[in-house]
Amino acid sequence: MSSRCYGVVLFESTTAALKAEKEAVRAELKIKLVPVPRQLSSECGFCLRFEWLDMEKVEGLLRDRNLKFESIEKLS
Amino acid sequence: MIYLDNAATSFPKPKEVVLAMNNFMNSVGASPGRSGHRLSIEAARTIFDARENISRLFGADDPLRVIFCANVTEGLNLAIRGLVKPGDHIITTSMEHNAVMRPLRRLESQGVELSVAQCSFAGMPDPDDIKKLIKKNTALVVINHASNVTGSILPVAEIGRIAGEYGIPLLVDAAQTGGCYPIDMEADCIDLLAFTGHKNLYGPQGTGGLVIGPRVDIEKMEPLKTGGTGSRSEFETQPDFLPDKYESGTPNTVGIAGLGAGVKFIMGEGIDRIMRHEKELTGRLITGLSGIDGVTVYGIRNPDAQTATVSFNIKGMQPSEAAFQLDDEYEIMCRPGLHCSPSAHNTIGTFPHGTVRFSLGYMNTPDEIDSALDAVEAIAGRKDK
Repeated sequence: MSSRCYGVVLFESTTAALKAEKEAVRAELKIKLVPVPRQLSSECGFCLRFEWLDMEKVEGLLRDRNLKFESIEKLS
Repeated sequence: MIYLDNAATSFPKPKEVVLAMNNFMNSVGASPGRSGHRLSIEAARTIFDARENISRLFGADDPLRVIFCANVTEGLNLAIRGLVKPGDHIITTSMEHNAVMRPLRRLESQGVELSVAQCSFAGMPDPDDIKKLIKKNTALVVINHASNVTGSILPVAEIGRIAGEYGIPLLVDAAQTGGCYPIDMEADCIDLLAFTGHKNLYGPQGTGGLVIGPRVDIEKMEPLKTGGTGSRSEFETQPDFLPDKYESGTPNTVGIAGLGAGVKFIMGEGIDRIMRHEKELTGRLITGLSGIDGVTVYGIRNPDAQTATVSFNIKGMQPSEAAFQLDDEYEIMCRPGLHCSPSAHNTIGTFPHGTVRFSLGYMNTPDEIDSALDAVEAIAGRKDK
């Protein structure tokens, strides 16, 4: 049923992830804070999950709002 | 009971503050951002919301540059000890609290040069004096935003502009003004703002912090403590990013929940409205005290140029005795003595006995001020006989 494809944005700190979450909610993007998947290396306990279809919007928001992030990863 | 000791700790608190703390303890409770489960995320959001509201309140644009500490003293120590090295020079004023003076005197004993700009009898520094004290190795200017003894508001923006011309960061101790007086770090040329949670921000004791402005290079500012941050757990070295670089160990999340609610309360009421009420009470108090025989009021004595803190003495009576009688007979609570500010009392000529300090707050009423004035008049009158 859930064949949706997700991506995650990794941040260096939980505070940076929370800042991005707020901006994404304001921009009405469908996102969720989730624990960082084990297979991804990260420096923070949680990351921002989004639907991969929204990849460009998410990347645009991070850039527009000057939100520092480590990387964007596609979840397989 | 009349509580006039708000410059020490504001009381009572808005009910929203207690509710937020209660809600956190009952429904959230977890470690912020350490674990990634829903309660951990909720706890982290609680802190982030407070960070964001504080940065807004003080005209700072990045919530990540709000560092939470145990109190304003720790925030001041973080800035002072983080930025200044032996061989550097610091400028401060003679109206400072020991939260500034003691860290500076300690550094002085460790090879830092210290210049103290003498303030006027009313407790005001001359910005030109600060300018004259600037040297090649001046690394920091530290000033009180308002005196905790006289309430006098110092010309922060003017001093900030002077320091800025020379590329010297300005650290402001906003213990007495944060929440009851408008502060805009950008417009006021403040590079580092140390604040306390438990006074005019209406949070609980054990909260406070430091807001680091954009001109401060955090690579050159050492942390006061190092330890676990919930980030970069694979490394045994301290993270170099904000706020984690300066926030180690599990924070006082329940306290910060209350502080955040206090800041929201202020934004809801509006600083202008809070100021208007406090000015009205302060004017009433100063006028009343000035009309009582044998009472001397110190400082600038102008509600438009000071906070709601007023220092006075009753002729022929120790401040401690006056405060005892006020509490014992009239249930009026205030603070006598030196208020942790020996230098300020030296400046206004009240060292070593100090003053009686009435510090008003937004929750006080005109009736309470009138009752306090009646009590002072009765005590002063009795003394004459």
